[in-house]
Amino acid sequence: MSVLAIRGLEVLRGARPVVRGVSFDVARGEILAVMGASGAGKTSVLRAVAGLERIAGGCIAIDGLQLTAGALPRGERLRELHRRVGMVFQFHHLFEHLTAVHNVWLALVHVQRQPRREAERRARELLDHLGVGARADALPRELSGGEAQRVAIARALAVGPPLLLMDEPTASLDPARRGELAATLRGLAAEGRTIIVATHDEEFARSCASRVLIMDDGRVVR
Amino acid sequence: MVLAWQSRIVPALCVSMAVLAAASAAAQTPELRWGGDAEGGAPFVEADPSDPSRVVGFEVDIAQLLAEGLGRTPRFVQTGFTTIDASVARGDFDIGLSGIEDSFARRTRLAVTVPYYRFREILTVRAADAARYRTLADLRGRRVATLASTLAFELLTEAEKEHGVIVVPYEDDVHPYTDLTVGRVDAVLLDAVLAERGVRRHPGLANQPTSMGVGYYVGILAPGNTALRDQINEILKQAMRDGRLEAIFRRWNMWNDDQPSLYARVTAEESDTVPPVQATALPLSVWESTRRYFPSLLTAAMITLVLSVLSMALAVVVGVLIASGRVYGPAPVKAVLTGWVELIRGTPLLLQLFVIYYGLATVVQLPAFLAALIGLGLNYGAYESEIYRGALEAVPEGQLDAARTLGFSDRQTLFLIRGPQALRLALAPMTNDFVALLKDSSLVSLITVVELTKQTTIFASNIGSWFVPGMVCAVLYLVLSLPVSHLARRLEQRWRRP
Repeated sequence: MSVLAIRGLEVLRGARPVVRGVSFDVARGEILAVMGASGAGKTSVLRAVAGLERIAGGCIAIDGLQLTAGALPRGERLRELHRRVGMVFQFHHLFEHLTAVHNVWLALVHVQRQPRREAERRARELLDHLGVGARADALPRELSGGEAQRVAIARALAVGPPLLLMDEPTASLDPARRGELAATLRGLAAEGRTIIVATHDEEFARSCASRVLIMDDGRVVR
Repeated sequence: MVLAWQSRIVPALCVSMAVLAAASAAAQTPELRWGGDAEGGAPFVEADPSDPSRVVGFEVDIAQLLAEGLGRTPRFVQTGFTTIDASVARGDFDIGLSGIEDSFARRTRLAVTVPYYRFREILTVRAADAARYRTLADLRGRRVATLASTLAFELLTEAEKEHGVIVVPYEDDVHPYTDLTVGRVDAVLLDAVLAERGVRRHPGLANQPTSMGVGYYVGILAPGNTALRDQINEILKQAMRDGRLEAIFRRWNMWNDDQPSLYARVTAEESDTVPPVQATALPLSVWESTRRYFPSLLTAAMITLVLSVLSMALAVVVGVLIASGRVYGPAPVKAVLTGWVELIRGTPLLLQLFVIYYGLATVVQLPAFLAALIGLGLNYGAYESEIYRGALEAVPEGQLDAARTLGFSDRQTLFLIRGPQALRLALAPMTNDFVALLKDSSLVSLITVVELTKQTTIFASNIGSWFVPGMVCAVLYLVLSLPVSHLARRLEQRWRRP
């Protein structure tokens, strides 16, 4: 059964269409690599699924939640969406004024309304699980690219979404770290998570993806 | 009501231009450079209403009389009333003539001419209060206005101790009477010349008949300039004998029965100088006066500190509101707020203070401290808003996207993520602004708040030197501002490591 179903998705940047009639499904436990040159529309698809881009046409169904054309989701619908989807950005975008562990538990406490002590325990567990437990109390600027990425993954996974989106995850990693990341993603998929990776790194895509989709000029070409 | 500052600033500008023009014309004969404050107005020195490039007044006529006697051309030098002593001592002009009062303090540090006019200190009240406020003793707990650094100010300082009146010193002699009319003060104590002018301009006011004290107008020269002073004394005495001085005062409707006895005493050969009648105290040594003034300087420093802290708090609130409106608000709100910020930043703080305190007086009479607080708070609020807006916009968009994908509402994003980071960015410029505000708060002395700089001015004009008062004042400002900078550095360090 599919966690994500996209049908005829259209996204505009200004008046210019950047995603043109994209449709695909992703099954639970799958790692899907969306590939294509810069400007092909990979990132826009991810951002539309994460509720960051207005949908101009078509629809997205995520684990029973429907996103259709119109305004961006707000309030309860936004919280619903983000119990289902986590996103890791190309440049991580950690909150610079908070430590790694604080980045991870902030949404648990303020969005999910969990008690702070429990949230922090869960955050440390996640960081441990991703191999950056020792860096829990460091500030983002003190982390290496790979460490920051793992903290960003932990932050996205903290609320336990079934679907994880990653935009260009290998851009800031050296080859050794790319291998580690591929292993981490395979491990997460094995736990039942569904992962979509937008990348133009073919080797990385081959090393971890269960399926590859190729986009060009806003369309899925293969 | 015509705004008084407006009517006084324009003539002052014209006078300075006239001075430049006159300077080139009179290059051939030697000049008698005389200093006065054209803001003091009629009958002393004022810009001629029919030709603002000229000054008129009895002091102008006296300067003319002295210059003729010396075979020189008079040349007027515009000087602020409170700085005439210091200016003549450093040689900006030969003689100061501007309703300057004789005093022991002046005699010890300057060359002072013989007195040429005797005046009485007169209490002015609202006509309705004429029966209940007859003397200073009737004014316990009431606000009494006067001009800073005058005999009247000294009399009131005494009355403050003795009768519990509240002294409100002004920088000019026009606003005490307008503020008396609107009820900001309950009485004005100034010399009869000013009191009569005040009552003439404000029909609701009345002068009390009893004199509260007597003083004399003199000319002042640099301490080493006794030769010129002696020449001038002879010219004045001659003018007293031959009626030319009387003619001048008659022309300005100032002649009265007090003058002939003064002239008789001055022209009698044996009394070369006439001691000032109201000698409040013998001049003290600098250190002794510093010791005496120090408590009042500390009080004034507290006022500066409290005013600055409250104004900054108001500025932060105003700044946050304006910045939020400009970052998050709809287009019309943004446009209005942008206009407001440009208006505040594009006009002088002093003008804003005058408008709030004097300009609004017919609508709402704000107490001076509150007017100062609002003026400083609104002014700095505009600057703060620009800092906060820049700081909010400096937080990377990506973090806002990340916050959204975690389910934070816009409000939560502002308070948990964007705001705290913006605050860290804003801290250094805010510290700068606070220190600047601490110093800009000295401007509020012009709307009668006695803060540190004003108290220092009073101290300095009393002892006739700026050196020690200036040093003490500087140290006090540093004591106020250094802890703020220190605290800001500590916070920045703390934020570097949570």
